[in-house]
Amino acid sequence: MRILKLIAVAACILALSVAPALAAGTIKIGAILAVTGPASFLGAPEAKTLEMMAEDINAKGGIEGKKVELVIKDSGGSPEKAVSFAKQLIDEDKVFAIIGPSTSGETMKIKDIAEQGKTILLSCAAAEAIVNPVAKYVFKTPQKDSDAVIRIFRQMKKMGITKIGVLSSNTGFGNAGKQQIEKLAPEHGIQIVLSEVYNSSATDLTAEVTKIKAAKVQAIVNWSIEPAQAIVIKNARQMGLTIPIFQSHGFGNIKYVQAAGAAADGVIFPAGRLLVADTLSDKNPQKKVLESYKKEYEAKYKEDVSTFGGHAYDAMKIMQQAIIATGVVDEEKVRTTIENMKGLVGTAGIFNFSPTDHNGLDANAFEMLTVKDGKFAVLEK
Amino acid sequence: MRTSRYTPAFALLVVIAVIQLLTLVSGKAFYLTQLTMAAYYSLIVIGLCLLMGFAGQISLGHAGFFAIGGYTSAVLTTLDLSAYKDRALVALLTKLHILVSRQDLYGGITLCFHPWVAFVAAVLLALGVAWAIGIPVLRLRGHYLAMATLGFGTIIYSIVLGTQRFGAADVISSVPPFPLGFGMSVSGETALRVPNYYIAWGLVTVVMVLSTNLIHSRVGRALRSIHGAEDAASAMGVDTARFKLYTFMLSAVLAAVAGVFLTHYNGGIGPSEAGVMKSVRYVAIVAVGGMGSIWGTLIMSVVLNFCSLRGYFGSYDDAVFGAILIVIMLFAPDGIIGSDLRRLVKMVMLKFKSSHGDTEAPRKA
Amino acid sequence: MIELFFQYLVAGLTYGTIYASVGIGFNIIYNTTGIINFAQGEFVMLGGMTAVTLHAFLPLPLAILGAVLITMIIGGLIEVAFIRWLVKPSVLRMIVITIGISILIREGALAVWGEGVRSLPYFTGNEVSALSLGGVRVSPQVLWSIGVCTVIVVLLNLFFKFTMLGREMRACAANREAAALCGIPTRNIVTFSFVLSAGIGALAGCVVSPITYTQYNVGTGLAIKGFTVAILGGLGNSMAAVGAGFILGILESFSIWVLPTAYKDAISIAILLAMLFVRPSGLFGNKEAMKLKDF
Repeated sequence: MRILKLIAVAACILALSVAPALAAGTIKIGAILAVTGPASFLGAPEAKTLEMMAEDINAKGGIEGKKVELVIKDSGGSPEKAVSFAKQLIDEDKVFAIIGPSTSGETMKIKDIAEQGKTILLSCAAAEAIVNPVAKYVFKTPQKDSDAVIRIFRQMKKMGITKIGVLSSNTGFGNAGKQQIEKLAPEHGIQIVLSEVYNSSATDLTAEVTKIKAAKVQAIVNWSIEPAQAIVIKNARQMGLTIPIFQSHGFGNIKYVQAAGAAADGVIFPAGRLLVADTLSDKNPQKKVLESYKKEYEAKYKEDVSTFGGHAYDAMKIMQQAIIATGVVDEEKVRTTIENMKGLVGTAGIFNFSPTDHNGLDANAFEMLTVKDGKFAVLEK
Repeated sequence: MRTSRYTPAFALLVVIAVIQLLTLVSGKAFYLTQLTMAAYYSLIVIGLCLLMGFAGQISLGHAGFFAIGGYTSAVLTTLDLSAYKDRALVALLTKLHILVSRQDLYGGITLCFHPWVAFVAAVLLALGVAWAIGIPVLRLRGHYLAMATLGFGTIIYSIVLGTQRFGAADVISSVPPFPLGFGMSVSGETALRVPNYYIAWGLVTVVMVLSTNLIHSRVGRALRSIHGAEDAASAMGVDTARFKLYTFMLSAVLAAVAGVFLTHYNGGIGPSEAGVMKSVRYVAIVAVGGMGSIWGTLIMSVVLNFCSLRGYFGSYDDAVFGAILIVIMLFAPDGIIGSDLRRLVKMVMLKFKSSHGDTEAPRKA
Repeated sequence: MIELFFQYLVAGLTYGTIYASVGIGFNIIYNTTGIINFAQGEFVMLGGMTAVTLHAFLPLPLAILGAVLITMIIGGLIEVAFIRWLVKPSVLRMIVITIGISILIREGALAVWGEGVRSLPYFTGNEVSALSLGGVRVSPQVLWSIGVCTVIVVLLNLFFKFTMLGREMRACAANREAAALCGIPTRNIVTFSFVLSAGIGALAGCVVSPITYTQYNVGTGLAIKGFTVAILGGLGNSMAAVGAGFILGILESFSIWVLPTAYKDAISIAILLAMLFVRPSGLFGNKEAMKLKDF
């Protein structure tokens, strides 16, 4: 076993040292992803997606006649490794662009590095702070937290909900969502009675939910991207709380629905349309992209597609389209092309970038979904 | 043929310079980035080695001190007070250059504490905390001490994660460079890579020399007597409690200093730096480096941190680390450099000496 | 108000039983070897993961039984491979080895099962069912874990008091050399203690899996809590670990009542440390007994 591992390691080192030799005439794209570690549910599908797409692009002759060379670095979700890898990719590998990191914390730590190194960064992380303030070279593909919050608040208005309790996990995702909720609540006439942060590796959250129950709210907003969010739902229902539970777009992983079991029924959350691709009408402009990605991914990896992998898909797609539209592999020009790109259909929505908006998505990128009999379904209006 | 106790330090300086020249010649200067980061991590491990190997006390909470240093500096140097610049106190502090204004990357002007002020605050805070918790904690022994220091680490981690001012789960980013004078500064800019490499390693060398002196001083002997047999040392009149506390504070300060500099070098700090698993990792590095050998610890720390930061093992990073721990502990229980290499060196020296007809008995190690 | 009090108490008991069932396992190995086995959390994870896998084609009780047996075998193999042949290993050396083992098991689990989260079905009822005791609601799984935890503690006590093997293990704990001189096969006893604690860890992993879920990396978090309660209770005493587990759980739960939940860990650990400073040999520990063990 140990010998096998050593051989694997030796092979890795060899591969790393051989890699630059193949570089001529290719487009080198770096990726910093949390393939292992606590955020691996983000990084693993993202890495698989990128590998699948690179293979696909190269099989079809590459971009503008040049093959794509992917350099994936596994950060394990740790920001200091992300810093080291970002410097490596920019200074040594001289990559054309970087896709990732998977988490907001890592992205925020390398935002300045990418900006100083004048390297395009297409982040797969959610936090709004990544593109606000706008950094010239930094873009992101997941939908904005604020848009998710706005969709939830609109839905609440329809349901006549004004007093809410907020639970969020102690990770970058949870923190970003919490701040947006607190910022946007007043203008939507929503009152936050209680806002609590729970441990993302919590094993049970009965006490937290008890506190919410005692606060007598009309609905719970539960903002997290980790498995612990399913524990909240379960504990709330066990306690006999029947008020509506709203989740974030971080709930878009069918494994969480399975984990929450019967308790997940009726949960409402905004998400990209990837999860309900087969129920969309044929007129929907995203339908074709979503179905082809879903089919290809699920056939290749024999596992359910998740919206997180979709963020990497969008990043690669943007890169590919921008290079084609520019016609030359020139970092400055491609950056300008991305900044002015309109109407690109991705898995997360339809991207319309501008110099002041490096995300390019609006609230329409989200669909309000619910869970019915253990499956995702579009929420009936 | 006597070797001074400073010989290894000189050797280290030579190695540092040779490595830099090698990277220059081969056009691989980018290795210096990870070597610099590894140097700062080594500071914590050296401090921990003094605590574990010489004072015989374990600490599973040293990432906490690193975080105290890093976060204090990061918060003070990014806390924008420009909104209050008309207040008398703020104006006075600005006049005294305790507050400095600078332009951030996105064009805004911020008014923050001078990095040196933040540095002093960080060190004092680490000293204070180490003193305050050291007194009760160091009364505990064995597993109870391990547990208490682990608890301390957990508390710091939990405070960092729960407090919005510390960025909560987010990192504190846009930490400015740390000016050292003479036009030098601790910063991650590519242009400053070589000076920063020398700054970091210069600091490590200074700490190594000071540690060597400490070990060979009266204090060092007292410390070793504590490690050997605390009760006997105490009976002989060694103030064991005080020496343990001082070593604990010293190692805390080293961790905090590492935290400050690495935070400025990386331009930010995140909660993962405060995690309990980081502390466990530091302890493991000391163990595989050889508990009583600061040089062995330094070498292991640089090798392991460098490989990890370079991403050599990809997704197997943790697995390789685990395997290294097991293999070294199974086959070289005193650490890879610790006893075996020393014994090896001693044997070689003996041979050398006998062939030169030197009759002096080998010094006891 | 009083209803709320009991609801927090139930939450505390839920946390407590999770911590306690992990904490018990630490003591068995500590008793025979004097070390804290940092891989104990991984046994809990392995139990849960294996049971979920076996449950795909076996009924639940058999799946749990199978998972416990498989984990016991793994525990035994680990001891034979890494610990058994060491001659008088120092405590630190053993601890670092167990840290290494824990990392390897975790990475192995990642390779085998991937990063996904799994769970066993609820033993009784489902995710939403709860018993109502005068307005206070308890999930039946919580009662299951309290029950299993109690049974384990009772059986362990009987085993250590009334069986030959149990007495030999206690002899080992008291003085390993003397035990060896009396003809007790101390090496086999140490192996057996790994097997036993792996089994207990695996069983705990199965019982709490519906509540906490199982993922390849849950072991570390559980181990830290288990380690905390095992030591705070006073090492070497299973009952004490259970007591400390419930104290920690209830402290956490009630700290949430009055303070922001983000500081739950900081507050509960700070209170526990304060207790430890007053009683440096553990909350239920014996000062004399502690002196016999060294680090």
